[in-house]
Amino acid sequence: MNWKAIWRMPTTSPALLRQSFERRVVVLGAVQGGLGVLLASRLAYLSVAQNEKYQLEAESNRVNLTLIPPRRGWVLDRNGAPLASNRADFRVDVIPERLVDADKTVNQLGQLLQLTAIEVQDLKDKLDKAHGFQPVEVKSGLDWERFAAVSVRLPDLPGVVPQRGFSRFYPTGPSVGHLIGYVGPASAEEYEKDKNPLLVTPGYKVGKDGLEKHYETLLRGQPGARRVEVTASGRVVRDLDTREDVPGKPLHLTINGPLQDYAARRLGLESGAVVVMDCWTGDLLAMVSMPSFDPNSFADGIGRIEWKMLSDDDHVPLRNKVLRGLFPPGSTVKPMVALAFLEAGLSPDDATNCGGGLRVGNRVFHCWNHGGHGRVDMAKGIYQSCDVYFYHFAQQIGMDKIAAMAKRLGLGQEFPLPVAGQSYGTVPDPAWKMKKYGKEWAVFDTVNATIGQGYMLVNPLQQAVMASRIASGLEIMPRLIHGGNQPQAKSMGFSQEHLDIVHAAMNEVVNGRGTAGRAKLPVPGVEMAGKTGTAQVVGLNIGRGKGGLWKHRDHGHFICFAPFDKPRYAAAVVIQHGGGSGAAYPVARDVMTYLFDPGKAMDVLLEMEKGWGGTPQERMAAKYAFYASQYGVSAPVVSPQAQESAVAAADEPVAPRSQPEVREAQAPAPEPVVEVSPPPAPAASPTPAPTIVLPQ
Amino acid sequence: MSRSIVPATVARQPWQVILPLTALVLFGSAVLYSAAGGHLQPWALTHVIRFVLFLAMAVVMSRFSRELFKLGSYPIYFAVLILLVLVEMLGAIGGGSQRWLNLGFMTLQPSELMKPAIVLVLARFFDALPAPMTSSWRGLVPAGGLIAVPAAFVIIQPDLGTALAICFGGFVVMFLAGLPLRWFVAGGLAGMIIAPLAYFFGLHDYQRKRVLIFMDPESDPLGSGYHITQSKIAIGSGGIFGKGFGNGSQSHLEYLPEAHTDFVFATMAEEWGLVGGLFVLLVFFLVLRWGLGVARKAPDRFSQLLAAGMVATIFFYAMINTMMVMGLAPVVGIPLPFMSHGGSSMMTNMICVGTLMAIDRWRVRPSGLS
Repeated sequence: MNWKAIWRMPTTSPALLRQSFERRVVVLGAVQGGLGVLLASRLAYLSVAQNEKYQLEAESNRVNLTLIPPRRGWVLDRNGAPLASNRADFRVDVIPERLVDADKTVNQLGQLLQLTAIEVQDLKDKLDKAHGFQPVEVKSGLDWERFAAVSVRLPDLPGVVPQRGFSRFYPTGPSVGHLIGYVGPASAEEYEKDKNPLLVTPGYKVGKDGLEKHYETLLRGQPGARRVEVTASGRVVRDLDTREDVPGKPLHLTINGPLQDYAARRLGLESGAVVVMDCWTGDLLAMVSMPSFDPNSFADGIGRIEWKMLSDDDHVPLRNKVLRGLFPPGSTVKPMVALAFLEAGLSPDDATNCGGGLRVGNRVFHCWNHGGHGRVDMAKGIYQSCDVYFYHFAQQIGMDKIAAMAKRLGLGQEFPLPVAGQSYGTVPDPAWKMKKYGKEWAVFDTVNATIGQGYMLVNPLQQAVMASRIASGLEIMPRLIHGGNQPQAKSMGFSQEHLDIVHAAMNEVVNGRGTAGRAKLPVPGVEMAGKTGTAQVVGLNIGRGKGGLWKHRDHGHFICFAPFDKPRYAAAVVIQHGGGSGAAYPVARDVMTYLFDPGKAMDVLLEMEKGWGGTPQERMAAKYAFYASQYGVSAPVVSPQAQESAVAAADEPVAPRSQPEVREAQAPAPEPVVEVSPPPAPAASPTPAPTIVLPQ
Repeated sequence: MSRSIVPATVARQPWQVILPLTALVLFGSAVLYSAAGGHLQPWALTHVIRFVLFLAMAVVMSRFSRELFKLGSYPIYFAVLILLVLVEMLGAIGGGSQRWLNLGFMTLQPSELMKPAIVLVLARFFDALPAPMTSSWRGLVPAGGLIAVPAAFVIIQPDLGTALAICFGGFVVMFLAGLPLRWFVAGGLAGMIIAPLAYFFGLHDYQRKRVLIFMDPESDPLGSGYHITQSKIAIGSGGIFGKGFGNGSQSHLEYLPEAHTDFVFATMAEEWGLVGGLFVLLVFFLVLRWGLGVARKAPDRFSQLLAAGMVATIFFYAMINTMMVMGLAPVVGIPLPFMSHGGSSMMTNMICVGTLMAIDRWRVRPSGLS
């Protein structure tokens, strides 16, 4: 009825209008009241029912938790000297997500921090590839002035994070690159795996390679935290509380730091590896692979110039040759083979006549000395490295016994070490060949293997273990981590008489009528015993091994121990494509000298470094300067260098199945004559029978 | 008792509205004091000073006669309209977005003045319109024109909130003037059809975004949805009794945008909680109830329509603002009367209050014929 009145059209008189007004004011009032109740209940809903949720959100607005990256545990050498430590420094990072105008900010940072054009370009490259909250390092190790210049301009530099912190420092740089590895900002994959917010904290680095990676959890420590009250624009209003970080635990190695550095420097311009072991305890005193990279400069990601330097270098600085380099061991296996002969009952006085070669089947296998050694017994076979002696008796004793001895002494073995991976190579025997190639073992295979060629592939660490086991007669296991209860090495079970025979012959190599006369230690009263080895890389039809293309040259090997009469230290040196054992034993001599008389050894090194252009670090710096001037920023030649790809490339040496040395070493397989002597022989065999061509 | 002590002119004032309003303004200035980090400047003190000035203005207005209001209605409306056109042109010439005039102690937005002016002119229009014409097109078309022209100028500024307020005030007067209900129903239907069209073709991108974000604030937590999200956090985190005076983290740490103007309710609710919010709503309830009472008791058609229109204008401000801060309405730039810092809105709302006070007096001392 009422509604009809409102609804009805002719509300024409003032009285009717007044009635309608009164009704409609009531409607208006009711609507207002209704909305008021709605608002009140909404208010109550938000502040009572939803209170907890919004309180939490207000709190997470207000409080900003900043993680303080923990100081990484130190890596110490056996005497407690740091191989990797932390340096307090000023650093500046950017968080790509928070950048407003990336180009402008980068250019401004370039000015404030006095970056070079190359550094600015590198930074832009890194930013292009970066995503999200992963911080990108602009520069670390800043001085106070430059750090302050950025800090005071922070309001104009959104996304820029200046920090006082600690950065990893490797005092000896490249010398420990392969041993310890390096640290770097966590990659996206690493963050995916471990959603730890610490990983995206600016300034935090994780271990990327070597021991740094393997002992990540030990070295990491506990991050500290700072709770601050911040405004919406990120300005810190006040500190709420701070929890100190707990530094990571130190890692105590068996490595002798100065020796490690000395060995690395002594390798000079060569590509090679040096392993030194304590032959009582198995402690690894030095484990060097050169050329290397400087882990200090890897920490902030690789720049384009560095990347080009590394990828241009055919010496493969990113490969750890101690564990990942596989080489045919050449004649360094001869003491081992001799020991196998003795164990099999061969008398050391049994001799054969070396006329410069031996016919096996329808082929002649040459001795390195084409003139022949005349009558050769075991000692002479070792110290003169006569191949014919070993060709002859190996056929009598058989490959199975030799292979068993090789394995007992460590060849083809993987050792329980905290490393990313080991390429353990091959000790061939008839069963192995049947399994791998489906072919019968042939006599020429024995002949090849007995002088460390053919299928035989080892890494330098195995050679060092072999040397120390021969030296001590103990079942030495290599150790890298110091402390704990030292396992008492068991005896290998060799008769001392046999060992003495081999030791005497190896002593003769250096100190007598042997192949390494110049390896004699310049330390009175300490005599070193050793064995040379030269391993052919390509057939004689391709190269002679002494000169020509670097990658066609022979590998040089030397294994040794000292003092000869009371073995304490054993070492193995490999010079990749060094042109023969002559490249290896002087290094072994100087490294061994360093253990007994550091001063004398250092004098020799310093003299040499003058000719090489300084220490490895100085040479790298010079090379960097050269590359920078050569290519500069505009270098289009540089591969796309996302942080990830650079890191992936750095990981390449530890990639599981990469054993690139294998192919090189097997290439010369059809060529049976190995030890190439200074007067090079003409063609090896007049008619190489097709039957002896190795499969593949 | 009070009559004997207090002078008659003082006693005659409508204290039942002045006291709640003063309480609300003082409460508002306390909130502004806290929002300024515990300082009277720049907001709290000017807020009170303006209120005192405009209250004086309202008291003066309350003594104006009905005839003066009637006489002034069209001139005021057209004067404000010209000002509106003028600032629009100045803004266009200056190439900037200045839509206000600087009066020294405050800046004046002509669009603000249009809110009471539209109510005044429509009340006058329907007052003069012969009763039988109310339900014919002659009642609708001129009134519609009076609303549409200023609304159009405000909307191109662009200031959607104020344009809506002008329309709302105008429509309420038309509704109460007794225009046939089916026109409003038809208008409502037309609006439902036009709204989506206007949304897609009429609104600016940023306005469209605001509507979208109102529907789903979490879709853009760092962009425009930020306002609503942060406002809800502020209100919700306050709880029943609030975080305490001066302890609002959302406003003090600048998470809450416009903490002293459009979102002052959220600033208040964070520190005073549900209790403070209900107090504010209660004051508005008292003021609006008094206003509607004045309208119902008004002696004649002009005063009725004028009073109810003024109430609707204040109501629209308060409702849209509180709905906005609580996430029930899109973000439109409308301040909360008597709480938000800002001269123009304080002036507009005090003009409305002053007009209501005047109408209240006309009832006591009727002048002229009804």
